[in-house]
Amino acid sequence: MSAVASAAVRPPVKKPGKPWFSHPMVRAMISIAVFIGVWEVAARLNWPWIGQAPAPTKVLDAWIPLLSDQGYWYSWYQSSRRVLSGFLAAMIIGIPFGLAMATSRVFNDVTFPVFEILRPVPPLAWVPAAIIFWPTQELSIGFVIFLGAIYTIMLNVIGGARSIDIRFFQAARSMGSSNWDIFRRIILPAVLPSIIVGMEVGIGITWNVVVAAEMISGGGGAIQSSAGGGLGFFIWNSYIGGSYPLIVVGMISIGIAGYISSAIIRRLGIYVTPWLRLR
Amino acid sequence: MSAVPGETSALRASIKAGELEVSHVSKSYGDAAFRTEVVRDCSFKIERNKLTVMIGPSGCGKSTLIRLLAGFEKPTSGTITINGQPVTGPGRDRLVLFQESALFPWMNTWDNVLYGPRARGELNKQTVELADFLINKVGLGQFRRKYPAQLSGGMQRRAELARAMINNPAVMILDEPFRGLDAMTKVLMWEYYAALFEETRRTNFFVTTDIDEAIFLADRLLIMSSIPTQVRAVLEIDVPRPRTQLAMVENDRANEIKMQALSILHEEAMKSFSRGSKAAADFVDAYSKRVTKT
Repeated sequence: MSAVASAAVRPPVKKPGKPWFSHPMVRAMISIAVFIGVWEVAARLNWPWIGQAPAPTKVLDAWIPLLSDQGYWYSWYQSSRRVLSGFLAAMIIGIPFGLAMATSRVFNDVTFPVFEILRPVPPLAWVPAAIIFWPTQELSIGFVIFLGAIYTIMLNVIGGARSIDIRFFQAARSMGSSNWDIFRRIILPAVLPSIIVGMEVGIGITWNVVVAAEMISGGGGAIQSSAGGGLGFFIWNSYIGGSYPLIVVGMISIGIAGYISSAIIRRLGIYVTPWLRLR
Repeated sequence: MSAVPGETSALRASIKAGELEVSHVSKSYGDAAFRTEVVRDCSFKIERNKLTVMIGPSGCGKSTLIRLLAGFEKPTSGTITINGQPVTGPGRDRLVLFQESALFPWMNTWDNVLYGPRARGELNKQTVELADFLINKVGLGQFRRKYPAQLSGGMQRRAELARAMINNPAVMILDEPFRGLDAMTKVLMWEYYAALFEETRRTNFFVTTDIDEAIFLADRLLIMSSIPTQVRAVLEIDVPRPRTQLAMVENDRANEIKMQALSILHEEAMKSFSRGSKAAADFVDAYSKRVTKT
């Protein structure tokens, strides 16, 4: 008893905690800081190749005034809206198509050759065709973004659906499931993790193609500022105007936007597939 | 383990035990020159209210027979009947427990158990109560909101037993259900499963490659030949129930049956060994060690 009591009053020994460097956030900060530091030094000392890039401080100088520029934020809004709509269209069309290809032999045999021929065509190659095909500029941009995401989403859905354990179907069938019931309660949840993976990769690609897609836009938009045509156009426009720090601002902006989008999808994925994080 | 005695007897009363008959069934895969015959002119009966165990060398076509019994595949020739009616496809009267867990990973225990009633639009007060009763009966009352990945191997098997039992199948078919469990859990599951069977006397068909498991559980033991599968021998395991593992080890009758079964299995394994089966080689090795020891 007394031993317990004396142990209780003894001042708490500082637990041998993890070293400060073990925190992922700290590591991330260090990684970014080192990257920027090396870049700054390289730019100032005018190292070959990397020295050509504007120094981070110059980029920051160009960026800060933009933060209060409505046009810049309008570009964020424009690009996000385009990415989101192209991406949603890719999911709305890609997921049912992928499921149909995975579950129906006939449908697969009919559609697969066309799918495989179109798939290697890069979204950038579609730009001229998109301009000719679609009545409005926005539709052309959305279409190119849509193409960037749909193949990845479809491939993941097809792969996910084909790898479902056959015993799940046998068990469900034995217990009296109808086809619709099997689709709704077996196939859909079984494919969900693959859909999430497809979305995560797909949204990254949509940000990749946004530059190509927004070249079409030619700077259109409600607010006629030089910065208002979308982040992709912003980069293109800065290049035409010869403002190198602004190019980098645009690049980093797209990087951040892509990071946020992927993070949202990862979160969503964890939320809709709770059985996967409980192993 | 048994919750409310009244409910247990109600459960027993509700069971309509069935009888499966396999007559002159053959099954081949592939065509023409590449045709392999897995089952040849196989006939046997899974008797009502009995626990029939099938044992045979690895790769002898036991799983093929199960797919035929369940109706997932059709025999090339011959007929399978349940209570005199021909089997035409999968049905709730013949439910299968597979080798490894086939619980739906995206559903918790409760939703897994209620899968059958929901699928058939029979979700009502009665089935919900039955689900509750069965989950408690298999000892998973505290785990009804857990996903399969959160259950141990033994728990998964028990959850699957409950998921099958709620559909009140006339015959339960179990395909090496305790394979892959560790030795201690396995013995626990034998005793658990045997008690469940003794309580309800539902017709059960249990497939295994483990001779101790077979003799511990069986009323009747079917020993299969090597491929193409046929019934090589039928042994009645007339050891009284309930059985415990310890008593089985010391029971002379059980040991006598075991030696008899092993020598038949050995002959069959030698046949497939002479045809180049690796699995059979392992068995032949293990057998010769075992026999020289006793």
